[in-house]
Amino acid sequence: MTESKTKYDRQLRIWGEQGQAALEKASICLLNCGPTGSEALKNLVLGGVGSITVIDGSKVEEGDLGNNFMVDDSSVGQSKAKSVCAFLQELNDAVKAKFVEESPEALIETNPSFFSQFTLVIATQLVEASVLKLDRICRQTNVMLICARSYGLTGMVRISVKEHTVIESKPDHFLDDLRLNNPWPELKRFAESIDLNSTDPVVHKHTPYVVILVKMAEEWANSHGGRLPSTREEKREFKDLLKGKMIGLDEDNYKEAIEASFKVSASRGISSGLCQILNDSSAEVDSVSSDFWVMVAALKEFIANEGGGEAPLEGSIPDMTSLTEYYINLQKIYQAKAEADFLAVEQRVRNILKRIGREPYSIPKTTIKSFCRNARKLTVCRYRPIEEELNSPVLSELQKYLTDEDYSAAVGFYILLRAVDRFAANYNRFPGLHVGEMDEDISRLKTIAVGLLGDLGCNGSALTEDLINEMCRFGVAELHAVAAFIGGVASQEVIKLITKQFVPMSGTFIFNGIDHKSQLLAL
Amino acid sequence: MTNTGKWRDLDKLLSRPGNLVNPGFEPSPELKDDLGEYTKVLVVGAGGLGCELLKDLALSGFTNLHVIDMDTIEVTNLNRQFLFRLQDVGKPKAEVAAKRVMERVSGVNIVPHFCRIEDKDLDFYREFNIIALGLDSIEARSYINSVACSFLEYDSDDKPSEETIKPMVDGGTEGFKGHARVILPGVTPCFECTIWLFPPQVKFPLCTLAETPRTAAHCIEYAHLIKWDEVHSGKAFDADDPEHMQWIYSEVRNWHSSVNMILIVLLFILLTLAILSQALKRAELFGIPGVTYSLTQGVVKNIIPAIASTNAIISAACALEALKIVTACSRIMSNYLTYNGLEGLHTKMTEFVRDKDCLVCGPGILLELETSITLQKFMELVGEHPKLLLSKPSVTYQGKTLYMQAPPVLEEMTRSNLKLPLFDLMDKMSKDVIHVTGMTNKDDKKTSCLRKLRIVFKGVDGITDVDMASGA
Repeated sequence: MTESKTKYDRQLRIWGEQGQAALEKASICLLNCGPTGSEALKNLVLGGVGSITVIDGSKVEEGDLGNNFMVDDSSVGQSKAKSVCAFLQELNDAVKAKFVEESPEALIETNPSFFSQFTLVIATQLVEASVLKLDRICRQTNVMLICARSYGLTGMVRISVKEHTVIESKPDHFLDDLRLNNPWPELKRFAESIDLNSTDPVVHKHTPYVVILVKMAEEWANSHGGRLPSTREEKREFKDLLKGKMIGLDEDNYKEAIEASFKVSASRGISSGLCQILNDSSAEVDSVSSDFWVMVAALKEFIANEGGGEAPLEGSIPDMTSLTEYYINLQKIYQAKAEADFLAVEQRVRNILKRIGREPYSIPKTTIKSFCRNARKLTVCRYRPIEEELNSPVLSELQKYLTDEDYSAAVGFYILLRAVDRFAANYNRFPGLHVGEMDEDISRLKTIAVGLLGDLGCNGSALTEDLINEMCRFGVAELHAVAAFIGGVASQEVIKLITKQFVPMSGTFIFNGIDHKSQLLAL
Repeated sequence: MTNTGKWRDLDKLLSRPGNLVNPGFEPSPELKDDLGEYTKVLVVGAGGLGCELLKDLALSGFTNLHVIDMDTIEVTNLNRQFLFRLQDVGKPKAEVAAKRVMERVSGVNIVPHFCRIEDKDLDFYREFNIIALGLDSIEARSYINSVACSFLEYDSDDKPSEETIKPMVDGGTEGFKGHARVILPGVTPCFECTIWLFPPQVKFPLCTLAETPRTAAHCIEYAHLIKWDEVHSGKAFDADDPEHMQWIYSEVRNWHSSVNMILIVLLFILLTLAILSQALKRAELFGIPGVTYSLTQGVVKNIIPAIASTNAIISAACALEALKIVTACSRIMSNYLTYNGLEGLHTKMTEFVRDKDCLVCGPGILLELETSITLQKFMELVGEHPKLLLSKPSVTYQGKTLYMQAPPVLEEMTRSNLKLPLFDLMDKMSKDVIHVTGMTNKDDKKTSCLRKLRIVFKGVDGITDVDMASGA
């Protein structure tokens, strides 16, 4: 146990023991174990996922040795799934590694129920027709799906999950929850107990900025008919007022107060993002609602009642210049308010669970606590079925991409990645496979791609000749560096989906290995 | 005709013409062979990025690789450094990584170097056509950058001469974020031109630590300073500072000569525990929660969280650019890619510009000297020059060592040069480039650096004003 804790130390610092436990419970299925799939799985095996199942019906050929690290000279002629699986097992004996020597396309066709045993399926190098069938299967059984593909110097990654809800979205930069614009009685009382005009210089320069701002905001409000500084002019005046309180130029606490003074004027209440979640139809809960939506329903009630329009307090404060004693007391005041808010939300969660006929204690305290602490950062991701995107992409976006210089190559590759599958369906091979037919393939691919754009109601002239040539030049090559990149992206997204931490990407990621101007397309 | 050989995928990219390629691309089936035969690549670092880079380069057709790393394998590496196994713990990273990749990719030769990057001389680095950096420290990046830039020569029009450009690809990661960049010295900004991208770490003010600690980190940092202060006055212990680790090593050596790295690791754990116990006492005194072993380790070792997937993404981008730089098979990125997977997925390409006054990739600082100046006097000058301030300098000229500070054998061998005129040591050339390595202070931290100086001797060959005007 301690050994695995040490082994995973560098990632535990990112997703904690809860995230790690979720990984260790997950079972992942990989379709096709070329370099793209093998590399994606490698990153997950190293991180300690519970189990992997590698599906591939092919034998290792000499050509695999030039792009796949998981096979070596001795594996030529053997099952690719078996060879890759053996190497992956070597990386981490805590992972249960299995393989099935069967073609993914056949499995999708003949045994759709096979996939329901997995937490998540990573489908690599599949053509459109198989992807569409697999997406339908996975959605029916609530199995998460990630499609990844490397193709020459381009490639794509697409998540397909009906709904993914995140409590711990852990954004990089997020405003502290200090309530300086709306202090509660205990915080006000604490601020009142401290004299800003203390004659002790040590106390004066170690009065936390939170206290300074609460007191000064009140002073301002008293002399401005109860209003807080709102216009630019007023905000400047407020800052000057703060500056006037300084007795030395080295008072860091006052500098911090001036820097944070805008927080006093911030509008009260919840963000529009959170508002949208509260008003989502899923927040009307019933017996089949997920824990997340039950808690959202409770949150909605809390905000309308005890919260007075605000979400539960987060309860932590950033480090700031302060006497140790002031800081610790301040910390306790924030924690106490957060605890009280949590208890109110918890009560509401229990009541709602009872109302919808569920066991009132079926959601653990720790989950509700984490939910409250992260209430302002809740995230809901929904992904369209792939078939819907392919048949009716968001036309306005598509048209915008086609004319936007930053997006033109990425959207070009998006169309061409679909066009090569149509090409393969028509001619039983991919374009540019043989040098001799290059010119013919280029014009055939162009016809298909222009037709595809036309079907979607767009003008085909946006596709450049150069990009079509390039697509044929690639000749369905799976380059190791590109595969490692695409596989890496896919595995990072898998980790976010499984740990339910951080925010997975939305839309379709198109890799552009020519100038690295890759893009996410919201189609 | 379809190529079914080992390189069937790569060959398509290298043997077929395209319109979106770099100037000078000459597609041919032989390009892959040239890649192996004539291109020598150095991978700096065999950690999270280094392991990936070695694999990616080996599977991108490079066959002549070297790898340099001074570290040995630790258990905490195993969640991402996929070339290492539990039984490898304690062994040199460079050696194990090289062996593993050679075992799996036939035809690849990788030469490991288990040493510090400063231990190699300029001639070692000169050999390579391209350098791939998989490092986690600003100091090491800065050093390699200065080495690569030292080979750069400018022609009389102050244009960089192409054959002296030593390209670098550089990657870095932290958690779900990372960057990959291409440095073509003299053409694109070097590491030093954009050093502002890496702001120095925020340190806690000493008075906070001593008088008003508020967080667990404050308590740990305090104990950390105090504990270390018992032996080293005023400087915090830094496990990544080779001098500090060297000190521990020599201390233990004094005690027993057969001691190995395992014992040092053990000693380090004990040191961490000692700091933890002091920090806990302090936290209790002030009523501060949250002091743990894990956090202590984080503070003492300056741990950067790291995961396999981000390393894989960033290394792959670097390896792909290395392939493009050498073969011109596609456009080279211009010039700095950032990847952020925290909130959704954001990638961005930024084209940074060179700092035309850069001390490192510019033509070099111009020093006008008397022919009578001795090497000793010249070294003092270098220590006092406001743009250089190099202490403990070592000097090389055209690959020839004029003076070396260490090891003692070399110092002794070169000591007699100190009294000789620099003019004579530089074969009485009226002007030429000379390389000086030494220590410099950056953000209160001593770091090794290398500077290229353009020396002009007064009164020889009739120095023209034009030369002087083009100086730094």
